[in-house]
Amino acid sequence: MLNDADRIYQNLYGQQDWRLSGARARGDWNATADILARGRDAIIEEVKASGLRGRGGAGFPTGMKWSFMPKQSDGRPSYLVVNADESEPGTCKDRDIIRHEPHKLIEGSLIAGFAMGAHTAFIYIRGEYYNEAARLQAAIEEAYAAGLLGKNAAGSGWDFDLVLHRGAGAYICGEESALLESLEGKKGMPRMKPPFPAAMGLYGCPTTVNNVESIAGVPTILRRGAAWFSALGRPKNAGTKIFCISGHVNRPCNVEEELGTPLKDLIEKHAGGVRGGWDNLQAVIPGGASMPILNKEMCETQLMDFDSLAAVRSGLGSGAIIVMDKSADVVKAIWRLSKFFKHESCGQCTPCREGTGWMMRMMDRIVQGKASMADIALMEQVTTQVAGHTICAFGDAAAWPIQGLMRAFRPLVEQRATDYKPAQPLAQAAE
Amino acid sequence: MNANIEPTDFVFDAAAEAAVARAIARYPAGKQASAVMALLDIAQRQMERLTGSAWVPRLAMDVVAQRLGIAAARVYEIATFYTMYNTKPVGKYHLQVCTTTPCWLRGSDEVVSSCKKVAGIEGFGQTSADGLFTMTEVECLGGCVNAPILQINDDYYEDLDAARTEALLNALKSGAPLPPAGSSIGRQASAPVTNQTALLNNTKPVE
Repeated sequence: MLNDADRIYQNLYGQQDWRLSGARARGDWNATADILARGRDAIIEEVKASGLRGRGGAGFPTGMKWSFMPKQSDGRPSYLVVNADESEPGTCKDRDIIRHEPHKLIEGSLIAGFAMGAHTAFIYIRGEYYNEAARLQAAIEEAYAAGLLGKNAAGSGWDFDLVLHRGAGAYICGEESALLESLEGKKGMPRMKPPFPAAMGLYGCPTTVNNVESIAGVPTILRRGAAWFSALGRPKNAGTKIFCISGHVNRPCNVEEELGTPLKDLIEKHAGGVRGGWDNLQAVIPGGASMPILNKEMCETQLMDFDSLAAVRSGLGSGAIIVMDKSADVVKAIWRLSKFFKHESCGQCTPCREGTGWMMRMMDRIVQGKASMADIALMEQVTTQVAGHTICAFGDAAAWPIQGLMRAFRPLVEQRATDYKPAQPLAQAAE
Repeated sequence: MNANIEPTDFVFDAAAEAAVARAIARYPAGKQASAVMALLDIAQRQMERLTGSAWVPRLAMDVVAQRLGIAAARVYEIATFYTMYNTKPVGKYHLQVCTTTPCWLRGSDEVVSSCKKVAGIEGFGQTSADGLFTMTEVECLGGCVNAPILQINDDYYEDLDAARTEALLNALKSGAPLPPAGSSIGRQASAPVTNQTALLNNTKPVE
């Protein structure tokens, strides 16, 4: 188990003061100007050497992402945008950083902004986090009042402004290009890529979008060094990660652990175990709603990091672990995710707009016992026509839970098959 | 957008105007369209303050469009794309029940039943006869380790069950103000309810 001393988020649970005085007592804002004095290249190299991979779900190396930003401005400003649109079902980690460690996020924004040549950063927070936004705004105002933001931020010689932007309820705005559209005052519809945001992002300017947990961890990584961070976790899967353990466990919780920690340890040691004991486990969704489900056999030895989960055709995603015991109807649980994706599809691409509703209705028929074996086979085939056929990864995210269900629970799904025939051919358009 | 319920006029009041000015100032010159989400929210909060119902009439959308110099249709599409703008009136207490899988596994069906029972309504989208409650089904609220969650107006009520949901709503019905947000079983945020395994040196809350 990770030593408390190696946890980045010493106030994850809000048991200490979140304000500037409390943050300073935890080491935040300590000689920040000295970190910036290392220069942008040295900072990027240190973040690269730490092995930090993006904590929003895709796991792209953070330092490399920053290095894509232009070194010389062509006249356009560069922007850092922090993705605080935490909406992947099962995920509630950024919420804790925002409400209990807001200064780590603010200081990380300054350092990251400096490293990519940005004088302005926007934090896009989901609209439902109203109280969390109020707290973050209060922390931002504290930082301005203390000279840590604004002109000559933290005495570094770098001018830096930080703006909080509230969303208004749309899962798709967690997709980086949809987030930028939304920030520009439009519907959150993903953009075609290329151009990538580093070339043309917010207001047509070079932009990097990073997750809250990626940015908030940076100051600690730079203070304690890349070697400290990369010694935690597993090769190519360095460092610590906040896991959110929800569902059928005795004590649901968030906890920061090393990447590569066994799934069983997270559930048994930190979350009080599966309800009714480990043998009562039926299934785990290991990385938020879009990551394929695991059956109990797969959970026995599974390690929780990017590459170990990719190896079983699932994913670490946002680190959200959704546990189901034997009382759960896993088919219905996945149907509910299909309903989620149907609700949240932005409607831009036909395969997704039509496909998410179609998949949801077919999943509903399986739950109701109104689907034949042929229907189930057709549904599997349709998932492959959605995944990979859309502008953004939402199509994949909507198809994967069903594909994962079929891989891990095929006998259970096929047990639900009947010789049901609809009274009339189905010709239902998307709602 | 129902013509029967539309007000005949909408203007930002003084409190809203101050918030509008702050919102527009946050974005670079010429990029004031970025403030459209904030202005719709300000309009909705003004309606709540003045009428007791948090919603955005079409007239308010037109005012927002004029203020930002963008087409009215663009504001309408924003107001209908994002779920948090109510395009028709809601009750004094907007019961937003999360029923996505993590909440469902922890008993969101019970929370829905309790809302229906206390409000005397039959389903999502309905408002109680006394105008106090409107129940809406929402997708994942991002508080999953404290599931199930009921968001009432701006606040999350967490770790609920049927009895605690009923008690909460009955108190509101009898005129009590909204209680402090957070866990209904006294949990410290996202920490495990007992037997904390991490950060053992700081188990005493300061707030």
